[in-house]
Amino acid sequence: MSLADFVPFLPEIFLGCAGFIVLLAGIPLGRRGSRPVIALAVAALAATAVLIFLVGRPAAGPQLILGDMLVVDQFAVFFKLLVLAASALALVMAAGYLDRAQYSGGEFASLILFADLGMFIMASGANLASLYVGLELMALSVYVLVGYFKLEVKSNEGAVKYFVLGAASSAILLYGISLIYGTTGSLDLETIRVTLAEVPHQNFLLLLGIALVAFGMLFKVAAVPFHVWTPDAYEGAPTPVTAFISVAPKAVAFAMFLRLFAGTFAGEVEHWRMLLWIASAATMIYGNVAALTQINVKRMLAYSSIAHAGYALMGLVAGSDAGTWAVLMYMAVYAFMNLGAFGFVILLESRGYAGERIEDFAGLARRHPGAAAGMLIFMLGLAGIPPTAGFMGKLYLWAATVEAGYIWLAVISVLMSAVSLYYYFRLVVQMYLKEGDAEDESPAEMLSDRWAGAAIAVCAVMTLAIGLWPAPLVGWAKSGLSALGLV
Amino acid sequence: MDFLVVNFAEILFYCLAVLTVAGGIGVLVFKSPVHAALSLLFTFVMVAALFLLLHAELLGAVQVLVYGGGIMVLFLFVIMLVNVKTLAPEQAFLSRLAPLAVVAGVLLGVLIAFALIFGVLVSGHGDGTALRTVGGAEIGNTEAIGAVLYTTYLVPFEIVSVVLLVAMIGAIVFGRRSAGLEIEGGGGES
Amino acid sequence: MEHYVPILVFSVVAITIPILLLLVTKVIRAGSPDPIKAEPYECGVEPTSFALDTRFSIRYYVIAVLFVVFDVETIFLFPWAVSFDRLALFGFVEMVIFLAILLVGYVYAWKRGALEWA
Repeated sequence: MSLADFVPFLPEIFLGCAGFIVLLAGIPLGRRGSRPVIALAVAALAATAVLIFLVGRPAAGPQLILGDMLVVDQFAVFFKLLVLAASALALVMAAGYLDRAQYSGGEFASLILFADLGMFIMASGANLASLYVGLELMALSVYVLVGYFKLEVKSNEGAVKYFVLGAASSAILLYGISLIYGTTGSLDLETIRVTLAEVPHQNFLLLLGIALVAFGMLFKVAAVPFHVWTPDAYEGAPTPVTAFISVAPKAVAFAMFLRLFAGTFAGEVEHWRMLLWIASAATMIYGNVAALTQINVKRMLAYSSIAHAGYALMGLVAGSDAGTWAVLMYMAVYAFMNLGAFGFVILLESRGYAGERIEDFAGLARRHPGAAAGMLIFMLGLAGIPPTAGFMGKLYLWAATVEAGYIWLAVISVLMSAVSLYYYFRLVVQMYLKEGDAEDESPAEMLSDRWAGAAIAVCAVMTLAIGLWPAPLVGWAKSGLSALGLV
Repeated sequence: MDFLVVNFAEILFYCLAVLTVAGGIGVLVFKSPVHAALSLLFTFVMVAALFLLLHAELLGAVQVLVYGGGIMVLFLFVIMLVNVKTLAPEQAFLSRLAPLAVVAGVLLGVLIAFALIFGVLVSGHGDGTALRTVGGAEIGNTEAIGAVLYTTYLVPFEIVSVVLLVAMIGAIVFGRRSAGLEIEGGGGES
Repeated sequence: MEHYVPILVFSVVAITIPILLLLVTKVIRAGSPDPIKAEPYECGVEPTSFALDTRFSIRYYVIAVLFVVFDVETIFLFPWAVSFDRLALFGFVEMVIFLAILLVGYVYAWKRGALEWA
């Protein structure tokens, strides 16, 4: 290990230090509302992005650093920048929300930064030990964020359920890792990959280990049957936190999933493919069907997020290069659409409290035509209707799945996308065709918050831009591929 | 007598294993939560002894210091915080969960049994020793772990420090009395 | 295994001494049990409630978690100290960073008033 090894690690070091500064600066700054400290945190995220461009990119091909614990490659850079964008947008949206609820912003922003640090390690880990520690850092920060509104029972309940189930899933993951270590004698992803490629493994313990790791990862991406925490945690969490956890941790969980299964365990693909096929199909069916009857928008979006994890799992089942970059692409697309949709839920206020019911959106088109149009874009995107990015994302996933010969999985996902139209459009119908309850003296109001408005606008522009002109993002997602085979 | 001397480690192992399981059963059957917690403490100490038997001295120390010390203090504090006097199994939601717990327990037991049986069948007995060499030189287990942990595993080690920091922030966020509501003069500029 | 013999002897002695003390006092002391003797002493006033009826303050919980955090930190110091010669300056700097990160948490806890009792 030489000092030069630390240069590509500078973005992570900076991010960690920024977290400490935001945490301590948040105490004096927090007395003037959460905006100054959130501005500081967003500036730190932007500086981290700049650092990644300057020193955090691979010079030529994947590069192992710091005792082979981390790998610097395009794949990691893709997810790191996605995490930075998602957390910056979520933080900007959170500012007004925290002020209205009168919770301090210092701990909130620093926990987001620490979660980002954990996710950076998850995205670039080349060793099961560093991957696991990164995962725990992310998870622990997120548990605290979910329960951040500690005077609200729902927030407590969501945090407790998420924490208990999350801890159990971590134990399962760790047990799987220990079995893999026991059978291959290594924690290093590359060593494990080579071992598996050389020896055709029928070892029951190894397969059990891989299966347990798959279960742990399925929990983190909220796939059926490991989804039970999702609706309660998403509904109970403060809405900006819901927006954040439905996007960034899910994306890096897929990054880790891909690195492990499309990379390290690729030699055992015949053993785990069926497992993921079933999980993908069950997730798409359950998520979409359960979303049909929800009356709370956050809960509906929680089930929709389960369904989207099912779509993305198709790319893993395909197991091809096309499937892999389709997952990268889909995670980026889904991030902007979902953040935007949650942005409007954050801004909608009903009777002095968050407007979370579907009826709260009634008549929105008449009162706030701009907001209704924005929400329409995100609903179209989530449903996968052209010309939005959601359509392009699904198109690539379908193409990869069909190409790999999994026609039935693609058929299920097309059918389920059709089902999803119902619940996404229920919201659209409320906005455009319902007048709202005439006797309701205080209909839900869209608050004007310039920060959150700007963040939502960014999401809307991205949703449309990627839909109309996907080539740059596709090219970038493809550039991440070379990494997997090599590391 | 020869039998005792030759198989000393095995006999010790089975004694410790029986005591460990007995401690675990004690956690379930004691009515008083404090007694259950102390029974758990006994289990932790026995597990520490098992680690010593495997020559994993550092893990034994961790087991006593962190579990027997820290975690147990936390358990007792929580028992006193919520002021539970007896663990009443007749509570409705607990008895509804009992069949599920049995299923989960049996599944886990089968899983571990499979892992043990297949582990022995496929790879035979391990040599039963913990890490104790670095660069060919034989040193103590603790020193060997130190030599690896602070060089190769530098990144996970430093990240663990951040994990501990987040745990601290979490405890303060949830545990502080007046809550996060310290913004002077109510909401911000929204 | 033979390294553990002194520890075994030590623990046998350590366990035997208190047991002996208890046994000896039980044999030689004069016994006259009385329920009033068993009551908690509150300056001669009758206790108003059972000690465990009052719930602990939530602040004890924060203290307990802080204790666990620093306990885990101590555990990491142990193998570091044992292999300090091998690690040299690199290990020293590394541990300083590790401790500095936790110091941030300590400063935060202090400034946030988590350690105040008033």
